[in-house]
Amino acid sequence: MAAAASMMPIFGHQISSKNDLVLDWSREEVSTGTTIMAVEYDGGVVIGADSRTTTGAYIANRVTDKLTRIHDRIYCCRSGSAADTQAIAEVVSYQLGFHSVELDEPPLVETAANLFRASCYRYREELMAGILVAGWDRRKGGQVYCVPIGGMLVRQPVAVGGSGSTYVYGFMDSNYKPGLNKDQCLELTASALSLAMERDGSSGGVIRLASISEDGVERRVILGDQLPRFSTH
Amino acid sequence: MEKHYTDSKVKGVSTGTTILAAIFDGGVVIGSDSRASIGGEYVSSKTINKVIQVHDRIFCCMAGSLADAQAVIKSAKSHLSFHSVQMESPPLVIAAASVLKELCYKNKDELQAGFLTAGWDSKKGPQVYVVSLGGMLISQQVTIGGSGSTYIYGYVDAKYKPNMTREECLQFATNALALAMGRDNVSGGVAHLVVITEKGVEHVVVPGDKLPRFNDE
Repeated sequence: MAAAASMMPIFGHQISSKNDLVLDWSREEVSTGTTIMAVEYDGGVVIGADSRTTTGAYIANRVTDKLTRIHDRIYCCRSGSAADTQAIAEVVSYQLGFHSVELDEPPLVETAANLFRASCYRYREELMAGILVAGWDRRKGGQVYCVPIGGMLVRQPVAVGGSGSTYVYGFMDSNYKPGLNKDQCLELTASALSLAMERDGSSGGVIRLASISEDGVERRVILGDQLPRFSTH
Repeated sequence: MEKHYTDSKVKGVSTGTTILAAIFDGGVVIGSDSRASIGGEYVSSKTINKVIQVHDRIFCCMAGSLADAQAVIKSAKSHLSFHSVQMESPPLVIAAASVLKELCYKNKDELQAGFLTAGWDSKKGPQVYVVSLGGMLISQQVTIGGSGSTYIYGYVDAKYKPNMTREECLQFATNALALAMGRDNVSGGVAHLVVITEKGVEHVVVPGDKLPRFNDE
């Protein structure tokens, strides 16, 4: 298990075997310790993510785009190892594009989610990837599928992921209701991400949001000074 | 595949619980869940009270090793009642918190216990203090602790406002505990809440079936 262990710094086994005062980023793996979220609404989905990628304590990229296009109306939110998730997303993108040409119609979100699950489950020993697959298709409308570490697949109306997600489970449970419209979903996602970014050291930067519907994909960015603010204590 | 579990032998990780304390206009609410478990596999008690009275208007919530916490509180109680006799007045909340802090700091190598101390005194009114695992002491308006607390940081940050009324604060605390118990498998049971004001102390117990429900699918 030595190879696997060195890929998993975020569990604390390998953070640093030297003095903490000696900065040594070269030994750390690049990770998207992160907060990602996806919400279904009637007619589409809203997805969001923070923008921080870390190598140990160094922020390698503070404006990362973790919302990755898989197909015209299907996106994924990536968390875990940056390398692993990028590689899987590329593979699935390719497989889905090919499948869509064969079918001669836009692919289903469930198909994309299953392709992610197939890769994540087959290589579960080597990979560290937690992915939310979200999009719109004609058959079932807006859908969110969760493919966490290990390679499970489950559809949920609202899903959060990444290291920062634990801090906002309570907020999400209390604020999400079925039947929200697109603007309410955007607000809920922005608030939840902002709260998580306040508490999680591995999440931060800007909030990237996207809404996907039959009409297309709308992307927006909320910059640091415009983040929803909650601190009163 | 490496098992993803929290190693409870590592210092800094608390055993299963959710505790919180919050100041409102005129008093303070302190509360906890009621589950004691062995390694998250067996619930050894469904109705344990983790809110301990250390003096008339001062209560503590414990987190970490229950054994360590009980031992420390026992010692603190006796220090505090002696101190109160010497001073010929009820002890200050910060005195109670300091006593706990001294014990935690001086014995930091052996102990694995943290505390929330909440109370009312005539000098500073309602106060909340946190004594962390290594023996740090800080004062906060609202604070949460225990393994279940990670799930409600977002909720508490969003919902807590200074100078709430007693009812608002009680509802806020009940909701926060219910949300944490809903997500953390080692927190659960009933919600024990204590409201401390100048006038006195009130215990509120919210049984499991009366807890607020949030999208329980």
